[in-house]
Amino acid sequence: MTKHSLRDFRENFMKSLFLIGGIGTLLILLLIFAFLFAESFNFFKTYDFWDFLTGTEWKPGASPEMFGLLPLLAGTAAVTVGAIIPAVPVGILSAVYISELAGPKTADILKFAVELSAGIPSVVLGFFGMIHLVPRIQSVFDLTTGQTALTGSIILAIMALPTIISVSEDAISSVPAALKQGSFALGSNHWQTIYKVILPAAVSGISAAVILGIGRAVGETMAVMMVTGNMAIIPGSDIFLSSVRTVTATIALEMGEVAKGTEHYYALFTIGAVLFVITIGINKIAEAVKRKHKQVT
Amino acid sequence: MNATESKNAFSYEDTLSFENAIGFENKYLYEQDPAFSPEMNRKKAIEVKDLNLWYGGNQALKKIYLDIPKNKIFSLIGPSGCGKSTFLRTMNRMNDMISNCRIEGKVCVDGENIYGKGIDVTGLRKRVGMVFQKANPFPMSIYENIAYGPKIHGVSKKEIPGIVEESLRCAALWDEVKDRLKEPALSLSGGQQQRLCIARTLAVKPEVILFDEPCSALDPISTGKIEELMAELKKDYTIVIVTHNMHQAARISDCAAFFLSGELIETGKTAQIFENPQDKRTEGYITGRFG
Ligand SMILES: Nc1ncnc2c1ncn2[C@@H]1O[C@H](COP(=O)(O)OP(=O)(O)OP(=O)(O)O)[C@@H](O)[C@H]1O
Ligand SMILES: [Mg+2]
Repeated sequence: MTKHSLRDFRENFMKSLFLIGGIGTLLILLLIFAFLFAESFNFFKTYDFWDFLTGTEWKPGASPEMFGLLPLLAGTAAVTVGAIIPAVPVGILSAVYISELAGPKTADILKFAVELSAGIPSVVLGFFGMIHLVPRIQSVFDLTTGQTALTGSIILAIMALPTIISVSEDAISSVPAALKQGSFALGSNHWQTIYKVILPAAVSGISAAVILGIGRAVGETMAVMMVTGNMAIIPGSDIFLSSVRTVTATIALEMGEVAKGTEHYYALFTIGAVLFVITIGINKIAEAVKRKHKQVT
Repeated sequence: MNATESKNAFSYEDTLSFENAIGFENKYLYEQDPAFSPEMNRKKAIEVKDLNLWYGGNQALKKIYLDIPKNKIFSLIGPSGCGKSTFLRTMNRMNDMISNCRIEGKVCVDGENIYGKGIDVTGLRKRVGMVFQKANPFPMSIYENIAYGPKIHGVSKKEIPGIVEESLRCAALWDEVKDRLKEPALSLSGGQQQRLCIARTLAVKPEVILFDEPCSALDPISTGKIEELMAELKKDYTIVIVTHNMHQAARISDCAAFFLSGELIETGKTAQIFENPQDKRTEGYITGRFG
């Protein structure tokens, strides 16, 4: 073999290696995708699509069995919204503090703390919630049980915060120093510079942080399951103080006991598919926000 | 206004005693040149007295005495690392943002020491604007870029469109952008972006504008436009420019100062500095770079 053909061979070999890797990933993805939707299809052979989408009761054991999506969706929505409302502003403010206001030492310590708290396993947080949060929520609001959407929200907010803080902090720190100097040179103070130049320049990174935080909240299973009581009912106006059951918790709780091939079994895959669609939706929104921002910059 | 004017009225005796104090270390040409008569001295935009600056343990500016006349273009020249940018930044206190930077001495803008007690730094930066080496428009529309300064200084909403147009006209950019004010500033060419940054500075109505190598990233045509613009601007503003381009310094500036490793070696009328430098080091630099 000449030197030349050896090099060609190596190049082709590497190329095919990457190709196989790429195709492999795609295949696995397609397989999961196909599996999820095939199982959902099976579900809709016996259960009306409309009844599933607008059903207000999730009662797998009852006769007839009821598989209404709404209570689960309401549970997920309540817990997620309840987590995001405090986590987003607190997260962004902390990120601003770390990257703009704190001295270098304080910033390093805070960044380390954020990294550490990102590493807390969700079971541990759920356990902490069960022991410390549930009884307090119960006594403060005088409820029969402290396992509520609010409890789940608080735990989720704590879980989403490190993501929101570190991703936003990255975005803020990577705003070019030249922009900051330009703003200062016009006689604006630090607050005006943060509010009118730095945050707008970092908005795409910050919205990515928020979306990632939401994604984390929607997809989180264990910690939420441990503190929300898991009652599949559509809550009323007292939504945050009632027990709820999220989509993910439902799958986790029921998958173990369900018999393969039953309607219930297919129903669980169907709500898995719903979760998949929601996640894709969130990512699309994130992309749209980014694109809209790009038009200005 | 009257208060600042009277403060600005330094007597000729002041100047003499101050020159005695520094022992003619810097060869002043003011007495020999009619352009720098005592009347001229009353029209000082900026006075620097015994200015020393350190970055940590490293002294970047040493005993600088310098007067910058009003309504002139003043160029700062010297080899890389001699402290030109550092000196420029002392005049609008942009060095405040560098954590290990320590400053001693006086810089008076309109007679008032900007390193004195109770100085409003944001107010100072409104009076002493700055244009940077690399154009740094904000990631907003062209219009918003210009409106930013007036807005933060509390100019009323009604006046802003007028200020935007006036500033863009002044920066010779209006005709090129008047139909696309809502478009992102980053869609402009490099030269247009630099003129936008000049317009943005003009919009806050400063007295002095500091330019740090404003043309180093531009082509000859854009550079020409900015030079014309400066010549126009000096009617209303005092301009201080750092430049590595000796031809540019010779072409556009009225006065020049030569720096070398943190020291001010020589200052005077541009023609004087370039044609008949008093210091060997100035001559060496000029002939090396120019001839
Ligand atoms: N932020 C800083 N921290 C520490 N030292 C600095 C800082 N900025 C500048 N210096 C030092 O101060 C000296 C003067 O730097 P300055 O940037 O003022 O030079 P300059 O004359 O503008 O050079 P150039 O023509 O290359 O722009 C240099 O020795 C430089 O290393
Ligand atoms: Mg410089």
